Amino acid sequence: MAWLELSGVDVALGKREVLRGVSAEIGAGEMVVVVGPNGAGKSTLVRALAGLVAPRAGTIRVLGHDPARAARRTIARELAYLPQAYSLAFPFAVAEVVLLGRYARQSGLGTASAADLEAARAAMTACDVLHLEARPFDELSGGEARRVLLAQALCQGAKCVLLDEPTAGLDPAHARRVFQVVRAHCDNGATAVVVTHDLDLALRWGGTMWLVADGRLAARGTPADVLGSAATRAAFGVEVHVGALPSGERFAVPR
Amino acid sequence: MTSGFVAGGRGARRPVVLLGCLVLAAGLALLALLLGVSLDGHLELLGGDALAPDTMAHTLLWIRVPEVLGALLVGGALAGAGCALQALLRNPLAEPFTLGISSGSSLAAVIAIRLGLEGALGGIGVGGAALVGAVVTLIVVSQLGRVGKTLPPATLILAGVTISGFCSAASVLIQSTSGLAETGRMLRWMLGGLDSMRLVTVGYAAIPIGAGLLVLGAYARELDALAAGTEAAASVGVSVGRTQIVVFGVASLLVGAAIALAGPIGFIGLVVPHAVRALIGPGHRALIPASVLAGGALLVACDTLARLVVSPVLLSTGAVTAVLGAPFFVAILMKQKHRAAMWS
Repeated sequence: MAWLELSGVDVALGKREVLRGVSAEIGAGEMVVVVGPNGAGKSTLVRALAGLVAPRAGTIRVLGHDPARAARRTIARELAYLPQAYSLAFPFAVAEVVLLGRYARQSGLGTASAADLEAARAAMTACDVLHLEARPFDELSGGEARRVLLAQALCQGAKCVLLDEPTAGLDPAHARRVFQVVRAHCDNGATAVVVTHDLDLALRWGGTMWLVADGRLAARGTPADVLGSAATRAAFGVEVHVGALPSGERFAVPR
Repeated sequence: MTSGFVAGGRGARRPVVLLGCLVLAAGLALLALLLGVSLDGHLELLGGDALAPDTMAHTLLWIRVPEVLGALLVGGALAGAGCALQALLRNPLAEPFTLGISSGSSLAAVIAIRLGLEGALGGIGVGGAALVGAVVTLIVVSQLGRVGKTLPPATLILAGVTISGFCSAASVLIQSTSGLAETGRMLRWMLGGLDSMRLVTVGYAAIPIGAGLLVLGAYARELDALAAGTEAAASVGVSVGRTQIVVFGVASLLVGAAIALAGPIGFIGLVVPHAVRALIGPGHRALIPASVLAGGALLVACDTLARLVVSPVLLSTGAVTAVLGAPFFVAILMKQKHRAAMWS
């Protein structure tokens, strides 16, 4: 059974049609990397999967639920979403921001249980932000903030994770670590959709690649096949060279 | 998980600050009950004879009881509503005045005075009109600011400022066409004050205010999540539309009840949440109760100052809170400018 399903999805933002006729399925344990030029509709695609924008036509299902109509708490237990932009109106500490990810699993007045704290600690350790726990979130660097938000998404304990540019602003080591963490999450049975502009990391860590261009799903397949395709060359306006290092590791660079 | 997994030491400070606010509110309330000015102009405290019936001290004490209880209630309601509105709108400058609720409520009270309804409904005609005015303003502002099923902060504040300007202008027009005595009563009401409060009125107001504050406390986690915006809150599981409607409605009820009781009292809803947030952080589970206690304490202090500073003349409590609050407002603005400069 597919965990995430899109069938003939059209999405419009205001009067502008952003996605047209997108159909795809994602199963358990899959890690899908979504690439495409700026303004192609990648972020709108994950926002639609998260139920934050309703499709104008077509259907979306997340583990059988319509994410735009189901109770938000139900969806948040099944699906975590890391947005591209995030700002806090007040100076919450890092640990408080991460624990917000546990909202859907708390009841009553929302006091953090031992399970909540353990999930937060595990996610913060995986994202290398445990040492930042007491720092005000708004004093972090851009890269640190992205890692904290990834920890928030992971500690939500959802089966599906949608990450919109999780490595934006990260140094190479931390960017690689993010993909490692997400890959490990999928190896444990979760499903991830990762929007990224880092074609090299997408090639190395992605299981399936979707190319979104001009609001359509222009190509999908293995990352090497998609990056080497004519559709990718047409979408980006440059050719992407996929090669292999002497160690056998593959790499991708725009020519 | 270790006990160190808390917010930067603020977690350990929260019970202390909460207890401190409780002691401060209780201490100031007791002092306000006992403190007065003698006929020869000196400060004096009521003694043990205040507990004995048929004494002057006893009479004075029972005149002050509803005033002090009213100040605690009104200050707590305004501070609690301020906390909620600032979180809901993600705007540190949001408060009942920004959203037009106070102006709408005042306009309704001015109309009631103009129509001679002061004696209606057992003497609570003006207060009742103020409460109705707050609710009507809430409905108008929320309908003007609504986009689809949500209440975006920017459109809500724009709608609030517009309605506020309209209501203020309408109040001035009504005053200018009223008689001298009516205008005097309108001005007196619009300045805000807690004198001549009746215990039964305070009792009536305590019901919606107490219930409203309990509801706000129950929504503390949702308010925390909304500090990151509506989409981020929805993605962690918050039912954003329901939270916005409930919290905005409850905050308006609190403000309406407070204005009905004491007239428009400014700055408490703005100043108190900021001061308390600086001490214990932005988490609403501690921020709301601490702000309610601190708001009550601050209004008791301002009301006592208004009563004592140029005794036997009673100053307007609303004017005292405004004089004390305005410099604080400027300090917040300066801090916001500094923060904006840091991010630019």
